[in-house]
Amino acid sequence: MFSDTILLAHGSGGRMTHDLIGEVFHRHLGNSLLAAQDDAAVWVLSSPGPERIALTTDSYVVSPIFFPGGDIGRLAVCGTVNDLAMVGATPLYLTAGFILEEGLPRADLERVVASMAAAGRQAGVKIVAGDTKVVERGGADLMFITTAGVGEVPKGVCISGANVQPGDVAILSGPVGVHGLAVMSRREGLEFSFPLQSDCAPLNGLVSEMLKAGGPIHCLRDPTRGGLATTLNEIAGQSRVEIEIDEVCIPVSEEVRAACEMLGLDPLYVANEGKLVAFVAPDAERPVLEAMRRQRYGQQAAVIGRVTCAHPGRVVMKTLFGAHRILDMLTGEQLPRIC
Amino acid sequence: MKYVDEYRSPESIGRLLALIGRRSRNPVRLMEFCGGHTHAIFRFGLRQLLPPTVSLLAGPGCPVCVTSQPDLDRAIALSRVRGITLTTFGDMLRVPGSTGTLQEARAEGADVRVVYSTLDALSIARDNADREIVFLAVGFETTAPSVAAAVLTAEDEGLKNFSILSLHKLTPPAMRAILDAGEVALSGILGPGHVTTIVGSDAWDFLSREYGMPCAVAGFEPLDILMGVYALVDGIESGSSEVVNAYRRNVRREGNLQARQAIDRVFCVRATEWRGLGTLPASGLFLRDAFCGFDAASRFPVRVEPAEEPKGCLCGDVLRGRAQPPDCPLFGRTCSPQHPIGPCMVSGEGACAAHIRYREG
Repeated sequence: MFSDTILLAHGSGGRMTHDLIGEVFHRHLGNSLLAAQDDAAVWVLSSPGPERIALTTDSYVVSPIFFPGGDIGRLAVCGTVNDLAMVGATPLYLTAGFILEEGLPRADLERVVASMAAAGRQAGVKIVAGDTKVVERGGADLMFITTAGVGEVPKGVCISGANVQPGDVAILSGPVGVHGLAVMSRREGLEFSFPLQSDCAPLNGLVSEMLKAGGPIHCLRDPTRGGLATTLNEIAGQSRVEIEIDEVCIPVSEEVRAACEMLGLDPLYVANEGKLVAFVAPDAERPVLEAMRRQRYGQQAAVIGRVTCAHPGRVVMKTLFGAHRILDMLTGEQLPRIC
Repeated sequence: MKYVDEYRSPESIGRLLALIGRRSRNPVRLMEFCGGHTHAIFRFGLRQLLPPTVSLLAGPGCPVCVTSQPDLDRAIALSRVRGITLTTFGDMLRVPGSTGTLQEARAEGADVRVVYSTLDALSIARDNADREIVFLAVGFETTAPSVAAAVLTAEDEGLKNFSILSLHKLTPPAMRAILDAGEVALSGILGPGHVTTIVGSDAWDFLSREYGMPCAVAGFEPLDILMGVYALVDGIESGSSEVVNAYRRNVRREGNLQARQAIDRVFCVRATEWRGLGTLPASGLFLRDAFCGFDAASRFPVRVEPAEEPKGCLCGDVLRGRAQPPDCPLFGRTCSPQHPIGPCMVSGEGACAAHIRYREG
């Protein structure tokens, strides 16, 4: 039975659920593991088997579900792929749970699932299990997606937020702040005269080249909610080190700077979905930076600071004019100024 | 970024700092009136870069911070009235009144919405004819013209379900109150750039005329602020107390006449209560009788109990320049950006928020 909108019956588990699964999910995401249609996906481990497996999950509730440069589906794939990549894992398989609001246009669901398929192909991962529930109108905001991901951690790779050492160099993969602004501008109906496209992207390809560059990578983290400043604080706390960054070195695009100035926001606290910050030993700085710059998502990579043991848990920024100030975690929401 | 980068050039900043260093002989204590200045000064670390003879002190120029406790309680009570949608700027949501915050009222079912401009509140009124849309108007002369314009638009359109709770205040009376109190020894005033764009630099002439107090109106970029500081230091060293316009690309002597006319047409001036400064004569903007249909205070009377400011909170003293944020026993302990007790810790223009967010490393 074909319907233009999602009905409660699509989540009933009966005929309409099956039709929806076939016509939307299998059609776009089709792969042999999904096609088996068993209660769980089963696969054979690579041989010889990996030493360690990485597992992660994340929920996506972004509003609006379509925004410049991406949509909730691309975000749900890239976000989970990136979480795996940030521990150095090679992402393999994802699961996806959908909570749909009654009345969601079916075309929107198709567009999101097709976008997940495209992001999956780009990242080289398969979506091998899923679930769909439909809640009554008002019970959700169009669509929520939860993805889980599993990946293999190559031998010898040991990446953690707790591994950063005094002397390490902090490298940022590119300009910050664009995702948060792209979503906010669409949500609030703010029109800028320049394009603001989300940076939403899978970073596993970039990470794999960084790992090949040689030299120890101690920590990788993608600065999503809370932005770069919050991520640096998390790492400084986890590794009990001080991170000193240089404001002049942090790449921020003209567009993001201009939009932030207008809205009274600080780009260092605005969310990213396709950036990472890496902490590497000093002698790995050059090879890793060069490897990053050869990659699409690392072309504008830059060294932004260094790690010391001065005040563990603290992030200090040298401002444009050489003054020093503490860079704190984000508290609450960033709010526009009123006067 | 044009119109910004040239005012953040490290070379120009360096040259100006050297100039200030050479000109400054005697110690001076300058008050930056505006919370926007305080935040820029901290964000760019300017205090550390100035010579030790120049010290900067935050003033009362944060509209959220100077909103009195009873006014805050009135706004929160209004949000709880059935059928009312309260619209306001984001900062107001987290400021603690004596009966909680607007954020908490919202969680309990009140319809409180954050808007980015008064015009957004008007659109909400147009789209929701069955609800009363109240705009909580907090601000100084800078935002008053846009509120006046919204009221005039609502009148033109015959919009009956839009009203404002005006807590707008005027800045010169606050400056006067601080000087009259004589609690802090000041050598000069860094005048608020945005406010002065509206009111005009002539509005500050009384500082020189009546108090012999030098004033330099400054913009908000680092170079703007330092140009203001240089003008003050230079004036003080040469014994002049004239008002200097160091923000010429925006500020004229007479201000923005069109904006001033809009304010005059819609609002009248009466005494109002300020946090920290008490009730100041001729310092509040209230709707004229001709616009009483848009006055939420008279249309939806709510009862609020007399309220005291939070125990131990020094926001009032901080707003008068009598105390620095770290002097407050609550600062950084029980009062933090996560759990603010006083408004100066909440607002994007509050001195406590600036101190804690951009503290020196």
